Amino acid sequence: MACLARAFNDLDRAEDAVQDAYLVALQRWPVDGLPPNPSAWILKTARNGAIDKLRREKTGAAKSLSLATFDISVHDEIPHGAKEIDERLGMIFAACHPALSDETRVALTLRFAAGLSVAEIASALLATPATIAQRLVRAKRKIREARITFDAPADAALPERLHDVLRIVYLIFSEGYASATNAARIRPLLCDEALRLVVLLGELLPGEPEIGGLHALILFHDARRVTRTDERGDLVLLEEQDRSKWDTRKIVDALTLLERAARQHTSGTYQIQAAIAGEHARAATWAETNWYRIREFYEHLLAVDPSPVVELNRAVAIAYTDGNASALAAVDDLVVEGTLDDYAPLHSARAELLRRLHRDTEAHVELHRALDLTQSESDRRFLQKRISQLDF
Amino acid sequence: MKYVCLIYLPEDAPAGTPEVFHQYERLNEDAASQGVLQSGGELAGTGSATSLRVREGKRVITDGPFAETKEILTGFYVFACASLDEALEWAERIPAVAHGTIEIRPLIER
Repeated sequence: MACLARAFNDLDRAEDAVQDAYLVALQRWPVDGLPPNPSAWILKTARNGAIDKLRREKTGAAKSLSLATFDISVHDEIPHGAKEIDERLGMIFAACHPALSDETRVALTLRFAAGLSVAEIASALLATPATIAQRLVRAKRKIREARITFDAPADAALPERLHDVLRIVYLIFSEGYASATNAARIRPLLCDEALRLVVLLGELLPGEPEIGGLHALILFHDARRVTRTDERGDLVLLEEQDRSKWDTRKIVDALTLLERAARQHTSGTYQIQAAIAGEHARAATWAETNWYRIREFYEHLLAVDPSPVVELNRAVAIAYTDGNASALAAVDDLVVEGTLDDYAPLHSARAELLRRLHRDTEAHVELHRALDLTQSESDRRFLQKRISQLDF
Repeated sequence: MKYVCLIYLPEDAPAGTPEVFHQYERLNEDAASQGVLQSGGELAGTGSATSLRVREGKRVITDGPFAETKEILTGFYVFACASLDEALEWAERIPAVAHGTIEIRPLIER
């Protein structure tokens, strides 16, 4: 599929060709017997079918394709070498091209890099199959018309484009792990697909420290997946999670990945975020959390990838290193700045600090503000519980 | 494949300095010598724009640009490139990209 898409620069044509080839296989294989290399047979049949079709159509689009693009060398063996790596990468980089919107990139990546069906994507993204199908149709048209190519970017452009790809993979993971609007909190399919994609990227582009960083970050989160919600599907705070149920195997794997990535002496945003998640995963109990290191990592993260959300997280860490009053001062700076005014976690974090400082009346106001900004049913239950616990 | 790069700038964008002018000259020379430059030009201000529609056979002529927006179309390039990525690389060299927006649209070829 990746090979054909690249040759024709057209996902529809590649999809149709592969489908046609499978139909031919269904008729021929029972009669002729299985060919020695079934996948090479499919590819060859698909390619020949697509070329025939193009010749028959002789449309403008067909004419504009240079003959060179037909030069797909189909060997008897499917190559696992450089060429196949380029094709798989080209498919991923095209699906995550910055000229497409984020939601389109997520759908394209799930369809063509992860190989999910339209129905699977729709149910994972809580959309109707028609919506996803429509989104894919538009995306495929843009790829064809604007000629977004199925090539891995040139070396100079690679870091930026890779960052884009990693962001989309993390978006897929986050969508599965903590959807803001979803009643069923965790959607394992998306988490698993994101994990598979980051593993694939690591195989295709070995030695890229940020891939290792994202892989570790996803593993750290994933290791806590089962303890993150209770039997009702409600969120359980890190502080209250049963650490004995964390997946130690995943944590060890993540720590190894992180160490390997750190040896390259570059620290990108995913490595630092993974380091923070790693500190939490490493602590045997909540009380043993090394907040000084976490705070340090947040400062590092602010230098590399500044954002108000990171500042908020640093403020939360400050509460454990310098006390609640210092943390509140840091949060208040953010309140003055105003960019996170509609961000519920800002208000619930501020409420928690106020509660600890015995300013329950103000905490009450903040929790209600957070509640107003929250759609997810389970998050609302969580906030309501905290409101009822206030001495007000 | 031909790509049209439409150059949009804020109405109050600063006038081009000699340095910017020089950057355009260099872009034009490079794009021409590499066979990329097909066409291009700078548009006169929106004050000189006239919009035309024909509705039910009647000409409707109005003063001004089609859409009143804060960013106005000020010029364009047509580049011949092999892919969108290549077109993006050339578009990035248009000095106006620093103040405004370059919209890149493929030209349909029949």
